[in-house]
Amino acid sequence: MKFIDEYRDGEAARKLTDAIHRITTGNWTLMEVCGGQTHAIVKFGIDELLPDGVELVHGPGCPVCVTPLELIDKAIAIAARPEVIFCSFGDMLRVPGSEKDLFMVKAAGGDVRIVYSPLDAVRIARENPDREVVFFAVGFETTAPANAMAVWQAKQLGITNFSILVSHVLVPPAIEAILSSPQNRVQAFLAAGHVCTIMGYTEYEPLAKKYKVPIVVTGFEPVDILQGVYMCVKQLEEGRCEVENQYARSVRKEGNVPARTRIEEVFRIVPRKWRGVGEIAESGLGLTDEYAEYDAEQKFNVAEYTAEEPEECIAGLVLQGIKKPAECPAFATKCTPEHPFGATMVSNEGACAAYYRYRRDSIGEGRSASAGGKSYE
Amino acid sequence: MSEQATMAAACPIPISQYPQVMLAHGGGGKLMHQLIEQMFVPAFRNPLLASRHDGAVFRVAEGKMAFTTDSYVVKPLFFPGGDIGSLAVNGTVNDLAMCGARPLYLSAGFILEEGFEMETLWRIVNSMKNAASDAGVLLATGDTKVVDKGKGDGIFINTAGVGVIADGVEIGPERVSPGDAVILSGDLGRHGIAIMAAREGLEFETTLESDCAPLADLVLKLIDEGIRVNCLRDLTRGGLASALIEIAEASDHGIRISEREIKVKEDVRGACEILGFDPMYLANEGRFVAFVDKRDADRALELIRSDPAGEGASIIGNVASDANARVVMESRIGADRIVDMFSGEQLPRIC
Repeated sequence: MKFIDEYRDGEAARKLTDAIHRITTGNWTLMEVCGGQTHAIVKFGIDELLPDGVELVHGPGCPVCVTPLELIDKAIAIAARPEVIFCSFGDMLRVPGSEKDLFMVKAAGGDVRIVYSPLDAVRIARENPDREVVFFAVGFETTAPANAMAVWQAKQLGITNFSILVSHVLVPPAIEAILSSPQNRVQAFLAAGHVCTIMGYTEYEPLAKKYKVPIVVTGFEPVDILQGVYMCVKQLEEGRCEVENQYARSVRKEGNVPARTRIEEVFRIVPRKWRGVGEIAESGLGLTDEYAEYDAEQKFNVAEYTAEEPEECIAGLVLQGIKKPAECPAFATKCTPEHPFGATMVSNEGACAAYYRYRRDSIGEGRSASAGGKSYE
Repeated sequence: MSEQATMAAACPIPISQYPQVMLAHGGGGKLMHQLIEQMFVPAFRNPLLASRHDGAVFRVAEGKMAFTTDSYVVKPLFFPGGDIGSLAVNGTVNDLAMCGARPLYLSAGFILEEGFEMETLWRIVNSMKNAASDAGVLLATGDTKVVDKGKGDGIFINTAGVGVIADGVEIGPERVSPGDAVILSGDLGRHGIAIMAAREGLEFETTLESDCAPLADLVLKLIDEGIRVNCLRDLTRGGLASALIEIAEASDHGIRISEREIKVKEDVRGACEILGFDPMYLANEGRFVAFVDKRDADRALELIRSDPAGEGASIIGNVASDANARVVMESRIGADRIVDMFSGEQLPRIC
């Protein structure tokens, strides 16, 4: 398949791996921001091919994982209402709230539907004027244009029985939060290619300068990731700290301007709580006043919900790259994809789920050796 | 009613009276009698059914028999490459084939929802008739129930099947031994994606068809040619990954496969890339894995490839000698990973 096969080519991967080995002299810690990259790294075994001096830690870029617990509880409360048709992307349905997940709401009679686009939810609202249709609008900058478009379209069409439960988050503030933490050990970033396809990468230039870190906009296939790692290591070895674009076949410096325009029209920047991490200033998107009538939190009066994370779960530390999944005592014992403590074990793109799925044998053997060794706690 | 009239495309039930299924069609009275006499008996015409007995009575050969059952609930009822009727026949036929059995008789239980279109039922019954004839099995006995409107999803079908196993044929996970070649009979995931593409709400254009097909002839050919087949498993829900994991666990042997040897059609791969699915877990209805003694591997591959249902077959790996009953796959770029079962179904991802 074009644009896939050449980026999963064993020979190309081997050449890049050799090149990384050749240039690496120091010890470097790199973070891939996006959960899609984490998944590809573990699935294809990319980290196993790297020299000992290059460590990949996994970042906060899984939208399912960073959606705060209380927002899941809000979704569950709204979805359980008899007048509501609750629409969501599939992978949010399995995320546990404080007591249950959306699948359980569906089993108990709630009208919960999996859709493939927020515009499908707008169509459902048109077709069901006597019901309230709510779309669960989570994600990074990648999904923001489609969600903005849905709200914009609903307003154009005069649809009043449609609203969105918003938990949009932004990548650059999360990178800054990681870099400014005293526990930080990340020396370079693979920035998320799809986020930059929308937003461009000018936002990352001040970060690279201020914190003196290389940032390489990187794609999602094995060869992309290896090339991104190579470009990061090369900068680190040469003492440079620039923003570079590995994913040029998709990303332009200014991003996708019409998509950004629609986002800016519908959303404004707000503080946002990240699951396991806490509140980060200016790190999310919320609806502007002009679109406030489409805010499901207001419509269904759930804005005041609060929830506590399970104490044992170290998902917050995993999401910040401070710990790896194997360092959690509950990993693969008390916490499994069937009984997840935290969202990193639920989502396909969550670091804990990826390690559980592809690595748990080697982790079982190596747990005592690695536990605590590389963390700051 | 003449043979010609009953086998015509038109529905034989006097639709001027009953264009839709009524509760009384399952009530044991005149309407039910009419449904059986005018729809099921003529479609599945055979001496066992014609006897109008409470059950089918038939002679059995000496030796072993295989017996299996499966229920079919599928949405949409008709999809590219098949429908619930062909699925209900092929699924059960294939389960028998995986036991090394020659499928002989099927039962069919229909649970119909009040208001279900008679014309649609007729199309499904016709499809079952054709699938049964292709697979060489007789629909020997059946049952019909009708549930209140809103209490079913149009139609559910259960089929059970019996088949005979030739002397000396021993097939099952316990026979799997280190060194066995693992042969996959074709490309993965067509059924799963065809169903998804036809389902309301996912609008992408594809010419992809389900791989739904009977596998008994192909399997029996292997057995008749003296291939030492140790285990067979058809890949249905859960896909190749679940089938291999089940066999690894049941046989207590590890399995090593290579991602490079596993074929996936371009359309299926494209859909998987968009939705975030892994073809290893997609449903199939006409694919199987065979665990074959390594001395017979090349000959088995050649035989499977010579059959239309096995044209795309390949040897994807072998049974490992280590004690760890895991499935390990070498990725395209040469690193190893565990193949694990999914905890639920695959769900379309956010981005």
